Amino acid sequence: MGDLHTLGVAQLSALLQNKDISAVELATRMLARLGGNPHNAFLSVDSEVTLAQAKEADARLAAGDTSPLLGVPIAHKDIFVTTDFPTTAGSRMLEGYRSPFNATVVQRLGDAGMVSLGKLSCDEFAMGSANENVAVPAAKPLPVTNPWDESRIPGGSSGGSAAAVAGHLTPAATGTDTGGSIRQPAAFCGITGIKPTYGRASRYGMVAFASSLDQAGPMARSAEDCALLLSAMCGPDLDRDSTSLDVKEEDFSRDLNQPLAGLRVGVPNEFFSDGLAADVRAAIDAALKTLQDQGATLVSIALPRTALSIPVYYIIAPAEASSNLSRFDGVKFGHRAKEFTDLADMYEKTRTEGFGEEVKRRIMIGSYVLSHGYYDAYYLQAQKIRRMIADDFQRAFASCDVIAGPVAPTVAWKLGDKSDDPLASYLADIFTLPASLAGLPGMSIPVGLGEGGMPVGMQLIGNYLQEARLLNVAHQFQMATDHHLKAPGGAA
Amino acid sequence: MSLTSDDIQRLAQLSRLHFDDPARARLLEGLNNFFAIVEQMREVDTSGVVPMAHPIDAMPLEAWAQHAPSATDGMALRLRDDVVSEPNQREANQRSAPAVERGLFLVPKVIE
Repeated sequence: MGDLHTLGVAQLSALLQNKDISAVELATRMLARLGGNPHNAFLSVDSEVTLAQAKEADARLAAGDTSPLLGVPIAHKDIFVTTDFPTTAGSRMLEGYRSPFNATVVQRLGDAGMVSLGKLSCDEFAMGSANENVAVPAAKPLPVTNPWDESRIPGGSSGGSAAAVAGHLTPAATGTDTGGSIRQPAAFCGITGIKPTYGRASRYGMVAFASSLDQAGPMARSAEDCALLLSAMCGPDLDRDSTSLDVKEEDFSRDLNQPLAGLRVGVPNEFFSDGLAADVRAAIDAALKTLQDQGATLVSIALPRTALSIPVYYIIAPAEASSNLSRFDGVKFGHRAKEFTDLADMYEKTRTEGFGEEVKRRIMIGSYVLSHGYYDAYYLQAQKIRRMIADDFQRAFASCDVIAGPVAPTVAWKLGDKSDDPLASYLADIFTLPASLAGLPGMSIPVGLGEGGMPVGMQLIGNYLQEARLLNVAHQFQMATDHHLKAPGGAA
Repeated sequence: MSLTSDDIQRLAQLSRLHFDDPARARLLEGLNNFFAIVEQMREVDTSGVVPMAHPIDAMPLEAWAQHAPSATDGMALRLRDDVVSEPNQREANQRSAPAVERGLFLVPKVIE
């Protein structure tokens, strides 16, 4: 078993259940790969904590517990609060912060017996598409690099999660997706990730960015693994998250083996416009052809307000962020400036020191669009177009079962390429924003390699609560292809 | 319509942030570039459209049929009962506070 780190969740689960390996042995092997922090993916590791969790898993295994995730390692995006590890949200504001409670998602995966390897880097407060906006450790913050090419970005904001899974540092990771932060890094790093319907996974203990958009989901090597993880992550959390959906837990693996015959796949014309790079288009076209070969029918659909989703999202998300981030004032937790003259000065210095540039920019946009005289023209108008975008999807789903298209217009770009030009980075989010605004489930699956040998991801979007359908399509595709099995050179 | 340096000053004050001159100039340029793409929103006719504050009120009834048959009016945001559900965890909650004394959060003197 020299290549344990290359195995996925379902495979490791089988080995653990067969007692071919113990959870402690597995955790020890995985921890050994984290030395030197490959790809700068991790922000905190604590082998004592990890091994204690593994020991507990072994005790449950010995007692005959057959929970499918028992003893399998995972790592959490550092946007989920945890009692066992520090939580920074990638921000100096929270450096050294230790939460008194666990996020519901972390708690659920822990209760399922998963063993946490640590916390993964992300853009500060999940604001970014390249994982270059990480501000911790304050002494020397390092951008996460893409395991396929260390000179490129891994995507963001769940860039640490994507790099860790692609680099075989962990078989599974949690991520969060506000405007594409699971799907885009999954695409850029050649892994599988799913953002469920808004409200499926509890937001309790997820450091808030934009409350009407934030949603947690799993990132792993296959749709089969994501289905196992998603089933454990989701479920009502009615007393702790007022937006948690009151729908019962589901076994998202149940439909994985359904054949695709008769499936209607909607292809939005707007996702194949001039802005789409030729290499990405070629890989997506080939993937759509595979789905056809498996019995699916392609249906041309229209999502006419796709381009509008950029200004709509970049008004709504900063508006919500400016409100959510007002809690960081240096009083109850987090950073406080050392020197100040009075309370107002303490707030201002604390926030000026604690927040990075992109976070400040978004707070400023939010303050502007919510301010007197601009609220109707910007914020309210954005909310109205948001509904039109959601309605466009419902019209599209009248003629198709799932929607397929690119996740991003290009493969992962070079580190630094867009870091001085936030607008260029916003524009690259065009294909993930519409489903986020509507609150629909969406996922990314690897469909081949493009320019520079970099992975291309195909996005699948489903109607509300249709995660099992998405995972079914993704799994059938992965049964017929081997793109998801390809790994970057350094990972083996 | 463009923002001015005065607007930046006012918004910084509202946001409890401070920007030095070079940062303010950079921000002004960045925000004006951003609001140039926002202009396309103005041309959209949204008369009669109800603002969507939340995805939950956009979910059609059919979506709930098989998952939550009791939700006959679709899903609405919930309020929980107004009862105490959390135990007192003051010490745990204050562990990460910058300054506390006798169970209180310390701030600079506000009243002379």
